[in-house]
Parts: sequence; structure tokens; C-alpha cells
Amino acid sequence: MFQKAKTLTTAVAASTLLSSAVFAGELVINTDTSDPAPKAAFEALIEGFKAENPDVEVTWNLFDHEGYKTSIRNFLTADSPDLANWYAGNRMLPYVDAGLFEPVDDVWEENGLKESLASSVGSMTIDGQLWGVPYTYYQWGVYYRKDIFEENGIEVPTNWDEFKAAGETLKEAGVTPITIGTKYLWTAGGVFDYINLRTNGYDFHMALGKGEVSWTDDRVRATMNNWKELIDAGFFLENHAAYSWQEALAPMVQGEAAMYVMGNFAVAPLREAGLTDNQLGFFQFPVINPDVPLAEDAPTDTIHIPANAKNKEDAKKFLAYLARADVQTQINETLGQLPINNESEVGDDKFLQAGYEMLSNTDGGIAQFFDRDYPAEMAKAGMEGFQEFMVKPERLDAILERLEKVRERVYK
Amino acid sequence: MTAPIVPDTHPPAKRGWWKENQQRLAPWLFLAPGIFMFLVYVIIPIFQSINISFYDWDGLGEATWVGTGNYVELMDDEAFYTSLKNNVIWLVLYMLAIPMGLFVALFLNQTVRGIRIYKSLFFFPFVISQVVVGLVFAWFYDPSYGLMNIVLGWFGAEPIAVLADERYVTYGIIAAGLWPQTAYCMILYLTGLNAVDPEQIEAARLDNAKGAKMLWYVILPQLRPATFIAVVVTVIGALRSFDLISIMTDGGPWGSSRVLAFYMYEQAFSEYGFRMGYGAAIAVVLFLIMMVYIAGFLWKMYRDEKGH
Repeated sequence: MFQKAKTLTTAVAASTLLSSAVFAGELVINTDTSDPAPKAAFEALIEGFKAENPDVEVTWNLFDHEGYKTSIRNFLTADSPDLANWYAGNRMLPYVDAGLFEPVDDVWEENGLKESLASSVGSMTIDGQLWGVPYTYYQWGVYYRKDIFEENGIEVPTNWDEFKAAGETLKEAGVTPITIGTKYLWTAGGVFDYINLRTNGYDFHMALGKGEVSWTDDRVRATMNNWKELIDAGFFLENHAAYSWQEALAPMVQGEAAMYVMGNFAVAPLREAGLTDNQLGFFQFPVINPDVPLAEDAPTDTIHIPANAKNKEDAKKFLAYLARADVQTQINETLGQLPINNESEVGDDKFLQAGYEMLSNTDGGIAQFFDRDYPAEMAKAGMEGFQEFMVKPERLDAILERLEKVRERVYK
Repeated sequence: MTAPIVPDTHPPAKRGWWKENQQRLAPWLFLAPGIFMFLVYVIIPIFQSINISFYDWDGLGEATWVGTGNYVELMDDEAFYTSLKNNVIWLVLYMLAIPMGLFVALFLNQTVRGIRIYKSLFFFPFVISQVVVGLVFAWFYDPSYGLMNIVLGWFGAEPIAVLADERYVTYGIIAAGLWPQTAYCMILYLTGLNAVDPEQIEAARLDNAKGAKMLWYVILPQLRPATFIAVVVTVIGALRSFDLISIMTDGGPWGSSRVLAFYMYEQAFSEYGFRMGYGAAIAVVLFLIMMVYIAGFLWKMYRDEKGH
């Protein structure tokens, strides 16, 4: 009896071993695309890949969006998939440094991606090598209530003075100029990105991110003083520290606030809440310093091959598939975002078109986003400082000194 | 004639080693699984944490030895002192749950129709998840639509954004935490009250004791075991206050509602964290604070045992 049980367990163990052992053509993909649109986009993407590569067995593990940020560290080291999605720029640096991502220069070479995905070469390169394939990005900018602007006779502002004047008019009409929810901090990072990009330009913004400039530098102060003008004029939603970005959508929907400095993903919930395209508009963040070329925030999402992947061959096939123009057209149509491949078609949604036009004409540089361009620790301290600054602008000196202290530690 | 009783001259059958030592070994065998788990999941990790706290490590790459560097940095970290201060506020104010629980228990300790329903209703907040409690209170405090500010509005008061104001935020979260904690203490006292000796109350009545005096000199001494457990669970509850902070404010505004446990989590495991060494250093400090309390607790246990 005992003997029998033992053979049975061995048999079970053997069969599990067999099934988890990689037979030719099994491809494991881990993604964090748990929200409805990204989930549907990936379903279609994987189906399409399977149809063209019937010999490849695809296993897709869908992770919760927030939980993924911690689980990726575990699975990259312990039980590596063949592909995993992540983000471009500094966000992938820790994994590249730890040797957990595989360079994929050959995929780029063989498929001519340096031409078709040219715009993202910069954000995908670390130490002269390319570390993944980008498949989507989206613009940031100012989303606004067109109808409220029209009611109050406000033109779309293109420079700082017009912007401030527009805010004044809105305030007089009893409308909060800008809604924002800083409970989870990153929204404040977006505002800083834009004011800094417009005040000091892309190169300075990136140099600050690399730790080459002191946070107590006068140019940082100039950015903060511009920001302070808005804060002192009461531009931002009151009690914003109590709200998440979704909760801050409500005042805009109800017409109590008129603008939102946000990414294009805000459009979907705003439409769902009942705003029509006649009520909702988009404009590029206005010019502050006319001598500075306009740069934009456009975060890029990417897919990588972990260094410990078992089936790198098929993984590279998948990346080549993902980079193709028609595939990117399709996936971004579902996502409601912009394709990276310059031969892809952009959806005919008006916000996508506006974003596409803006980004195609951007000559000042494309940043990823505050928490992707700046190292994690610096980003966290920075965004916390911005939140505090937005409520207590008088503490600016203390905040900048604190950030400088963090900088000295982070980049040593 | 009965057979004479002849003493058994055979030597006793040689007993095996197991039989010889069974009495001494059995307890250890039964304890072994527990000891093993306790070692692997509690004792060894304590030493590992202490070890990690001397390194600079992101959890992935190479760990670099920094000696007491993390502790030196802690000493100069405003956020650490804010968290420490909040921990103290939590420990002190959370104790309110004990008298509050006692009074609810005294109030409910009567036999009227449907008392079971009232008891379950009062116990309800302890049953629901802390996450739900946090959400409910976050809505309650909401500066524009929250019930609290609507009520304040009736009295002509300006709305207070409790969770967005560094002055009130910790107290706001503690108030939310007191709701389930009071229910917990209440249930402990309710069971305690069942065990109160009616004869003593009778005797006290004959001696004309009533009201507060009766409570203080007759009831409370009999509730001492319940009070002891209530203090223990409340202290533990205060030190683990993590979920409410995470749900209601995420440590904000600008980190002013963090406690040490939350700060440790943020530094070691959150989206922008992964400073394992620094997180471990915070954990060690938290451990030392808990040690004071645990030592006191063990000492009391030891004294009680000896008293018997």
C-alpha cells in the first residue's frame, strides 16, 4: 500500500515536471494589462500571433495592474516568463542593471525597427543597447471643458499670460481653473514636468533627472516660482491631496472645474461620465519661455525578454510581430492610444489625432514621465515635495533642500 | 492452599532506548513542528532583517555593506521622526478603545428583547474588513460630499479636509481605527461580564455599593483578565495600523500620516521603494520598540505564573 502510494506520487511529480518543462514552441507571456481596454487589446494581439504561428503554444498570465509592480521582481529572478511588459526610460533601468532583461538589438536590426520605431530609440537605449520593443504611447497635455471656455469667451491659451488670464476669467465665473487629485502623488509630477519643460526645456529636465543639477539651482526655483503663480492665484482644486486622479474627474464633469493636466487615458472616463466631444477639448500645454523648444510628456509602454527566458527564439518572433505596422495599428485602436510604428495608422478619434499631430511636430524632445525619467527614490521624494508645495508653497526652501539631500544620496 | 508468592527473580525485560526516553522526548516531538515553523518564519527572519539593515540593497543586484549607514541616515530623516511620532499618537489614542469598549459592553449587558441583534450590530465593524472601514471613513471625511462636512455645514462651519490636512490626518485615521477596535474590546468585556460572580455583586449591594463605586471596586477587578487581553490586542492593533493608512491616505499628505510599519513598507516594497537595507533598518527600530512592550508582557506573565 505504502509502496503503491509512493509510485503514484512519483508519477504525479514526473507528469507535472513534464508539463512544466518547456517543449518546443511554448511561449509564456506575463502582462499587467488588467484594465478592460488593455486586456482586450492583448487578447487580440495574442490571438493574431497564434494564428500566424500555429506551432507556438502561448501561455498568457494576466496580472493585476498594481500587483504587477512587485511581482515582476519576483518572476524575473525566480520563474521567468519569455516575455513581460514594462515601461521605457529609467523605469527599466534597475532590471537592465541587474541583468534581468535581454538586449534585443538583433530584433531591431533584422526588422528595420530603427526606422519604423525611430521615435523611441532614445527611450529604449541604455548603455548603447536596445532592451525591448515599444508598442504604444499616449500624449499628455491639457484637457478642458470647451463649452465652459466658450461660455466665458476664453480662447485656447497658447502662452503663460493667456493661460493665467484664462484662469482669472474662470475664477471670476466661479469655476476652478484646474482640477487635480494628488493623493497618489504622480499627478503633481505631471504638472512639474510641464512647467519645468516649458521653463527650462528638455535638456535641463533630463539633466535634473540624471542628478546633474542641484535641486536648489536657480532654474529649479524659476520653475517653482512659475508654479507658485498658479497656486497663489488659486488655480488648483481645493483639498486636492484628498483625491485620487479619478475622483478629481468629478468636478470637471460637473462643470465646477475647467481644465485637467493629464494623459490621454483620462478621455475614456470623462466620456463615460457623459461629456461629449463638443464639451471636451485638448490643447498643448502653453508656452512659458518662448526661447525653449516645446517638449512633451508621452509615456511609452514596452515588452521585454527576461534574461532567464526559456524560449527566446519565439519571444523574438513575438517582438517582431508586435513591432509590425498593422499589428500596432490594431492594438492601439483597442487601447485608444498612439502606435509607435510610423507606418501605422492612428485611430480617427479626435484626441488621438490631436495628440499625434502634436507629438509629430515636437522638436524639443519627448519625455516619458516624471516617475519614469527620474530614478524611483528621487521621483517619490520629488512628487511628495510637489504635493506639499501645492498646499504649502511657503515651504519651498525646505522642500528643495530636502530634495537636494535625496539627490546627493541617490546619485552617489 | 495458595501458591506462595515468589518474587520474580528474572531481570526486567530490557526496554528499548525509545521506551527509556519516551517521557522526555515526547514533548519535544510534539513541539518540533511548532518550533520549526517559529524558527523559520520568526526567529531566523529577525536575524536576517538585522543583517540586511547593514547593507544597501535593492532586492535584485549586489548588496553593498554600509555598516551603520542606514541607521545614521535614519537619525537624520524627517520622515522617520514623523512616522515615529505618529506611532506614539496611535499607541496612546488607540487605548481609548478599551474604556469605550467597556462602556458599550456595560450598556449591552442587559436582558431586553432583541439584545442579541444590538450586540451583533455593535460587533459588526470588527467583522468587516479594515479596507472597507477605511473606504467608508474616507467617504465620510470627503471635503465636498462627505457626511461629516455636510453636518458641519449645518452649523455654518467651513468644510475640513481631514485627510488632506497634515494637522488632522493621523487623528482622522485613528478615529476610523477606533470603530472596529472598540467593537473588539466590547466583545472581550461582554464575555468577561458573563463570568462576573453574582454573589459578590449581591454582597456589594447589601453593603450599599452602587454606580461608579460598584464598577470600580467590584466589577473591574473581576474583569482584569479581559482588560489585560484588551490592552494586548489594542497595542498590537495600534502597531499594525497599516491597512487603514494605506487605504485612506497612502501615507499622505506628503507623508504626514505614515507610521513606522507603513514607512518600512514604502521604503522596501512599494512602487518607488526597494531600498531593502533602509526598510530593514526601520523594521529593526520598530522591533526594538515592540521589544520594550513584549518584555513587559513576558515579565508580567512570569510574575503571574510565580504567584500561583
